Amino acid sequence: MSRPLRSFIKPQFIALALILLLNWILFPGFFNLFFRDGRLYGSLIDVLNRGAPVAILAIGMTAVIATRGIDLSVGAVMAIAGAVAATMVGDGHPLFLVIMAALAAGLVCGLWNGSLVALLGLQPIIATLILMVAGRGIAQTITEGFIVTFNDPGLIFMGSGSILGLPTPIIIMVTLAALATAAFRLTALGLFVEAIGVNRSASTYAGLRSRALLIGVYTFAGFCAAISGIIAAADIRGADANNVGLWLELDAILAVVIGGTSLMGGRFSIPMSVVGALIIQAMNTGILVSGFPPEFNLLVKAALIIVILVVQSPLAGRIWYFIAPSRKRPPPSSPAETPATSTEGTLK
Amino acid sequence: MNVRYWPLIATITIFVVAYALAVMQFPALFSTRVLGNLLTDNAFLGVAAVGMTFVILSGGIDLSVGSVIAFSGVLVAVLISQFGLHPLAAFAITLFVCTCFGSTMGAMIHYLEVPAFIVTLAGMFLARGVTFLLTQDSIPINHAFYDWVRQFYYVMPGGGRITFNGGLMLIVFLVGIVLAHRTRFGSYVYALGGNAQSAALLGVPVARTTIGVYAVSSFLAGLSGIVYSLYTSSGYPLAAVGVELETIAAVVIGGTLLSGGVGFMFGTLIGITIQGMIQTYIVFDGTLSSWWTKIVIGGLLFGFIVMQRVIVAASKRDWRKKPYAQSAPSL
Repeated sequence: MSRPLRSFIKPQFIALALILLLNWILFPGFFNLFFRDGRLYGSLIDVLNRGAPVAILAIGMTAVIATRGIDLSVGAVMAIAGAVAATMVGDGHPLFLVIMAALAAGLVCGLWNGSLVALLGLQPIIATLILMVAGRGIAQTITEGFIVTFNDPGLIFMGSGSILGLPTPIIIMVTLAALATAAFRLTALGLFVEAIGVNRSASTYAGLRSRALLIGVYTFAGFCAAISGIIAAADIRGADANNVGLWLELDAILAVVIGGTSLMGGRFSIPMSVVGALIIQAMNTGILVSGFPPEFNLLVKAALIIVILVVQSPLAGRIWYFIAPSRKRPPPSSPAETPATSTEGTLK
Repeated sequence: MNVRYWPLIATITIFVVAYALAVMQFPALFSTRVLGNLLTDNAFLGVAAVGMTFVILSGGIDLSVGSVIAFSGVLVAVLISQFGLHPLAAFAITLFVCTCFGSTMGAMIHYLEVPAFIVTLAGMFLARGVTFLLTQDSIPINHAFYDWVRQFYYVMPGGGRITFNGGLMLIVFLVGIVLAHRTRFGSYVYALGGNAQSAALLGVPVARTTIGVYAVSSFLAGLSGIVYSLYTSSGYPLAAVGVELETIAAVVIGGTLLSGGVGFMFGTLIGITIQGMIQTYIVFDGTLSSWWTKIVIGGLLFGFIVMQRVIVAASKRDWRKKPYAQSAPSL
């Protein structure tokens, strides 16, 4: 098989295709697309559009997880960015300033997380827990406890407008994914991030400025969360500090894990994380259009996590080694390389 | 003095100072009535926090607590109101189911060698999803047993009441303290949290202890759901969203090291009380908004986590001087 063709046959693509196919069986009109009022409509577009906020979170989360970290605060950062945008637009500031301020709020949150991890040496799950707890309180302080609504057409455009017939969130998602992939893969940045994920002290001794890189990675995650927060606020034309982005950090982590990025750090793929987010959203939409109660979603997500965990676990790798003795490979001993072998082996 | 006592002392000092300041502003806060209400209102949180303390002491984390509380409350309500079971039978079934749930999570964490937070994340989705399958609405519980339980209370001097729920929480804490500091299981948990590899080499049954820790956590979350159903006389599938964060915060503010191995069950009780006191203060003040609770708790979390870093650094220096300083703490 030629290499470009082969790279498309990944378990994630097969899973996405299967879910879409299942949706089509349950709801025959699933692949229908309409062109109305200069914009495409249809369930497929809906999957991309609704999946965009989680996909954008997942882009930042991928970089964080690649350094063996985790960012639990992205949902709260979304709330803060949305609150800043909605409040400022309500005060009559120009759109450019509003978006810059919301993005700056995300950057500051990311900088805070990054500093705790890189400078104070806290465990990432603990460092970001602080902002996860306090963040919604901060967002509520900004909105003074109200759900701030707005009618500014420019800001609403970020959530429900369209460019070239596609909804704005999709364009933002694709652009950000492409830029981030280029930044990480066309330069040595991706390699540096992976090096920190594999062994931070070794990479520091090798001359990497791991502190600055870590701070940068968390700041990037905060930036992505802010974009996602602006989209979420624009979508409902208001900032709901209590509920926007609630549990989305978990969806984002799930998307990254589905995308094949190792939670142990050192191996990541931004496009696959976006595919992971789309898989989650395809399941969401499928459950909705086929008439099941939306709460089914939680069960399906739980089942998905369990399947991935079992498949990626070192235990499955060991079992696979005994089932397939034709592979002349030494038994996997280091935890870092086992998930790779087991995923390929069991899912193909 | 052993640096390991610093977090506990800091917690108690903060509690005493904050309480004294609050009492200076509102003398009415200094009454057993406030204390009694504080215990009753935070009883379900406290019961769940005892389980979370075990999990965090063992070096893990349990994100499923809030969902298990909701699940347990709804299951109890369904069993009593729709199947007509006696509440005690419903409690037994619920606690059994919850314990099995926790054991399964523990087994997955140990045997699949995956981070605890991702397994318990799946548990969180699963428990909440099953709860929604049971019901989408709030189910009221009207049973003579619930009215009977509610008339149990102890009147403290000053008129404050320790209700059944508040008393149960204190008993759970007492049992938790004994289990953590005076039993073999407790020592295993501390050993596991201190260093899992050394613990295994020293003969600690790692699999049994890990499974036990998550079983205890889910059992207590189930008990917490029962307390919650006694408190609200209903089962509601959207109840206790985010309670896992509040319990984690209480454990950390109580001085338990999030990396595991160091901490005291008693500190968690103080952590719960501090959280309850912040809420009571906001109610007394009247001008502050409820979200200040989150910001203050976030700030306290930050302060304690930074202090823990300092302590870890200090205890490493300490350890170089005298190795015996690392002996297991006891209460």
